[in-house]
Amino acid sequence: MSHTLYAENILEHYRHPHRKGALASPTVTHEEVNASCGDRITLQLTIKEGKVKDAGWEGNGCAISQASMSLLSEELIGMTEDELGNAGPGMIRELLGIDVGPQRIKCALLPLHALKNALRKMKGRPPQGWRETLGDGTA
Amino acid sequence: MKQSVKECYHVSVMPLPISSLRRQFPILSQHVEGHPLVYLDNAATAQKPLAVLEAMQVYYTRDNANPHRSMHPLAARATAAMEHARETTASFLHAAHPWEIVFTKNATEGINIVMHGFRRDWGKGDTVVLSPLEHHSNIVPWLLLKEERGIDIAWMDIDDEGNPDLASLDRILKTRRVKLVGLTALSNVFGSRPPLEEIITRAHAAGALVLVDAAQAIAHFPVDVAALDCDFLVFSGHKLYGPTGIGVLYGKEAALSALPPLLGGGMMIQHVTREAFTQADIPARFEGGTPPVAEAVGLAAAIAWFRQFAWEDIEAHERSLLALAQQELSAIPGLRFYGPKDPGERYGALCFTVEGIHPHDLTELLGKRGICMRAGHHCAQPLHKQFSLPATTRLSVALYNTEEEIRAVAPAIRDAQRLLAA
Repeated sequence: MSHTLYAENILEHYRHPHRKGALASPTVTHEEVNASCGDRITLQLTIKEGKVKDAGWEGNGCAISQASMSLLSEELIGMTEDELGNAGPGMIRELLGIDVGPQRIKCALLPLHALKNALRKMKGRPPQGWRETLGDGTA
Repeated sequence: MKQSVKECYHVSVMPLPISSLRRQFPILSQHVEGHPLVYLDNAATAQKPLAVLEAMQVYYTRDNANPHRSMHPLAARATAAMEHARETTASFLHAAHPWEIVFTKNATEGINIVMHGFRRDWGKGDTVVLSPLEHHSNIVPWLLLKEERGIDIAWMDIDDEGNPDLASLDRILKTRRVKLVGLTALSNVFGSRPPLEEIITRAHAAGALVLVDAAQAIAHFPVDVAALDCDFLVFSGHKLYGPTGIGVLYGKEAALSALPPLLGGGMMIQHVTREAFTQADIPARFEGGTPPVAEAVGLAAAIAWFRQFAWEDIEAHERSLLALAQQELSAIPGLRFYGPKDPGERYGALCFTVEGIHPHDLTELLGKRGICMRAGHHCAQPLHKQFSLPATTRLSVALYNTEEEIRAVAPAIRDAQRLLAA
């Protein structure tokens, strides 16, 4: 059974996720849960001099959400706070390499949602809702 | 009724005319990416036979008007069509009177009508008892009442197979001021069937009303409100091979008459002045606004269509499908199912988990094979939390499902395991 959604890179990141595990001294820790399906991501970031020095995460859930987080965790290293603020669904789409479709979009973007709200938490702002994270789908 | 899996499977000789039955459901003959559709999400909604679609078409092409509002010929027909639907539903439920049948949008609305009916009178110290099996539609309205009026919600216990623990119910009935017991007639997750009559007897002895959620049960075994003696009962038409947008709230005449209305507007009044209004009798009191007439006609057609089959045959067929599913799925390593182990005690649905595979991924891959099943918490988060299940996959059957369709599931799960396993 081959399947475009479960392409090799996604399966690889699902089976052997990168950067899974707790950070020694994270700047921020934030958990997001997709109540409708049970996907869960806890993201940790260490930010020094305005750049992501380290990223770690824990979680469980579907292959799409976990693979997406694994891919994102590598991408985050070295990003500036500005670049983090500008990160959107487009970035996730590039990392995954495919369009997941409307049924799985929240699975794919759960890590992005966690990132956005981790940043807000750092700044003492209230979390953003899914509508903001989903945006118009192009950013 | 205790039967082994094998017995269940072999007992049915499939007296239902499956091939001709399936031909009445055009939607079933499609293909998905080259695979025949295998629709096993019937607990979410059932497909509709041509008889239902045609009845609605006939209504709109011949009889459509606004019922109860005019004296012209079409209005007379529309009114007759709607009241005939009401009588058909009353007869199907064994209700004493057609005016004990309120047409709603769905089961959820029916439960909210009842909740709203008690909003003024209930408050601190009043308790509603629920089972952990309940669908959110029979939990959230009571949580709303808790937030707004300070009532308590007490939960009876259930065992690992989803059977309510009657001793826990007795304890609550004895120690709290229980106003109402809300209970499902059939769990949409566990496929377990609570002993309704026994529970209703105990609730009544303690002075409590009972609301039965028959949304799942209605298509799978007989529901007789006279035998049950429940005070309220709800179901949705779309799970009974009828259209969406039509539901039924049954209430015993005295119980229903005591409730104030939810929707204010036309039809549910007698007199309206600038200052005040007087409310209509039941059931009109709860049918404010133009009702879903075509949908009521569709529901009546669904009931008429459904009643051509004997309950024995329906139950035997569905039980044998679920027993076969249980047998085939049990052989898959890492698969665990929930609810009654004895297939003789299971109706409607079979939920399971597969180690290492998230239900989303599983149903996605099965979907590519044309197999439609549901993944998630199935609008039963408290139940999933009690058993520490983030999510499950659900297979649910209807009259038109076949043995062949059930046999397609296990191989597809095994293929998904091969693809996704670490």
